Amino acid sequence: MHYLRLFLTYLKLGLLAELEYRANFWIQLVQTAMELALALGGLAVVFRHTGDLGGWRPAELLALLGVYFLIGGLIRTMVRPSMQKFMEDIRKGTLDFTLTKPADAQVLVSIQRFELWKITDVGVGIALLAIALGRLSDSVGPLQAAMFGLTLLSGGLIVYSVWLILATFSFWFVKVENILVIFMTMYEAARWPVTIYPPWLRWILTFLIPVAFATTVPAQAVTGRMDPTTLGIAAGMAGILLVVSRAFWLYGLRFYSGASA
Amino acid sequence: MTAILTPFQNLCAIYRGFFRTSLAVQFQYRVAMLIWLLGGIMEPLVYLVVWTTVAQQQGGAVGGFTVQEFAAYYIGAMLVNHAVFTWIMWEYDYRIRSGEFSATLLRPIHPIHRDIAENLAYKVLTLAVMLPAALLLAWIFQPRWAPQPWALALFPLALVLAFFTRFFLDWSLAMAAFWTTRINAINQAYFVVLIFFAGRVAPLDLFPEAVQRLALVLPFRWMLAFPVELILGRLTLAEALGGMVAQLIWIGLGLILARTIYRAGIRRYAAFGA
Repeated sequence: MHYLRLFLTYLKLGLLAELEYRANFWIQLVQTAMELALALGGLAVVFRHTGDLGGWRPAELLALLGVYFLIGGLIRTMVRPSMQKFMEDIRKGTLDFTLTKPADAQVLVSIQRFELWKITDVGVGIALLAIALGRLSDSVGPLQAAMFGLTLLSGGLIVYSVWLILATFSFWFVKVENILVIFMTMYEAARWPVTIYPPWLRWILTFLIPVAFATTVPAQAVTGRMDPTTLGIAAGMAGILLVVSRAFWLYGLRFYSGASA
Repeated sequence: MTAILTPFQNLCAIYRGFFRTSLAVQFQYRVAMLIWLLGGIMEPLVYLVVWTTVAQQQGGAVGGFTVQEFAAYYIGAMLVNHAVFTWIMWEYDYRIRSGEFSATLLRPIHPIHRDIAENLAYKVLTLAVMLPAALLLAWIFQPRWAPQPWALALFPLALVLAFFTRFFLDWSLAMAAFWTTRINAINQAYFVVLIFFAGRVAPLDLFPEAVQRLALVLPFRWMLAFPVELILGRLTLAEALGGMVAQLIWIGLGLILARTIYRAGIRRYAAFGA
C-alpha cells in the first residue's frame, strides 16, 4: 500500500515534468505511426504470398504485434528511462540521494522516471490487440483471457528483471548503456513468432535474452496454442528472474562507494 | 625542393589524414561499435527467416525466389547495406546542438570530406565482424548464387554509386538540424520509406506492381536492392546499365540538394555554446 502510493507520487511527478514538453507528443505520434506502418506493411507483403506464416494466421500475427507494441511501449515509458537514470546516477555518484531515502532502493530506482509520450506505443498495442481479438473472438474464452493476463504479467516481469540485471552491471563498468541497445535490437526480432526461427536463434531469444516470453508466449495464449508446460515455464522463469535480479542488485549495491562519501 | 601538389593529390592527402585519425578514434570505441553492428545483422536475418518460412510453405519458392536465393539476397543485402548506410543525421544533430560544428567551419575544407572519410573508416574497421558474420550465415543458410561474369565486373562500380546515392541524400537530410532540434520524426519517416523501397522488408519483386513502378522513380532502390540484384545475376545487361544511369541522376540531384541546403543552413547557424 505504501509502495503503491509511492509509485503514484513518482508517476505524478514524471507526468508533470513531461507536460512541460507538449510538442513532443506530436513527434512521438509520428514516430509511433511510422513504426506501425513498417510493421503492418511487412505483414501485408508476407500475406500477399501465403495464407499463414508458420501456422500463424493474419489475425493471430496482429495479436502478436499488439503485444509487441504494448510491452515495447511499457519498456520505453517506464523501464528504460528509469534504468538510464539509474546508470547515470551511478556514474555521477548521485545514487546517494536514492539510497538515503527511507524506502527500498530497488523500487525507487525502478519507478524514478517516466517518458509519458511514449505511451502512444501502448495505445497502438491495445488497439491492435482489440482488433485482433475481435476477429479471433470464437477461440478466446475466459480461460484464454486468464492465461493471456498471466503470461503478459510474466513477460513484463521477465523484461523488467533482465533490464535490472543489465543495468546493475553499471556498478562495475562505467558505460554499459550500449548493452541496452542489444536488448532493444533483439526485441525487434520478437515482432515475429519465435517458432519460425531456427533452433539456435529461438534458444537465444527464449533463454539468453528472453524476449520470446514478452511477445510470442502471451500471443500464444490468445490464439489457442498455449499448453500448460509453456505457461509453467513462463511463470517459473518470471519468478526465478525476479529473485535472481534482486539478489544481483543487492550484491552489486555492495560495490557502490558513492561520490560524496 | 618544394613539392607542388595538384588539387587532386591535395584532396587525397587530406582524405588519408582524415581516414587515419577516424580509424584511431573509432578503435577506442570498439565494443560500442560492435554492439551497433548487431542491428545490421539482425534485421536481414529476421526477414531472411520470415521469407524462408514463406517459401518453404509455398513448396520451396515464392515470387521467383527459392529458399537458397532468399539466403543469397539477404546476405548480399546485409553486406551492401553495411557498405552504404550512414548515421550522419545523428552526427549533425549532435554537432549543431552542442556547437561543436563551429570548429568544423573553421577548417579550410568542406565538412562533407571528413564525413565521407569517417564513414569509410568505420566500414573498413567493422568489416572484420561483418565478413565472418556473412560467412557464418552462408554456412547456416546455404545460399545459391550464380552471377554472370559481366555482373561481377559491374558490381564494384554499382556499389560505389549506391554509396554516393545514399550519402548525398542522407547528408542533405542531416542539414535539417540547422532548422530544428527535433529531427527524430523526420529521420524515422525517411527510414521507413527507405526500408520498404530499398528492398529490405522483401525483395522488390514480391511487392505489388504499383510499388515496383514507384520504386523505379524513387532513389531508394538504387541504394540497395539494385546492386544486390545485380550481383545475384537477376538483371539483364540493359537493366544493369539503366540502373547505373538512375544512380548517376540521383547522385547529381543529391549533390545539388546538399549544396543548396548546406549554403542556406550555415547562414542560419548561430553557434550555440560557442
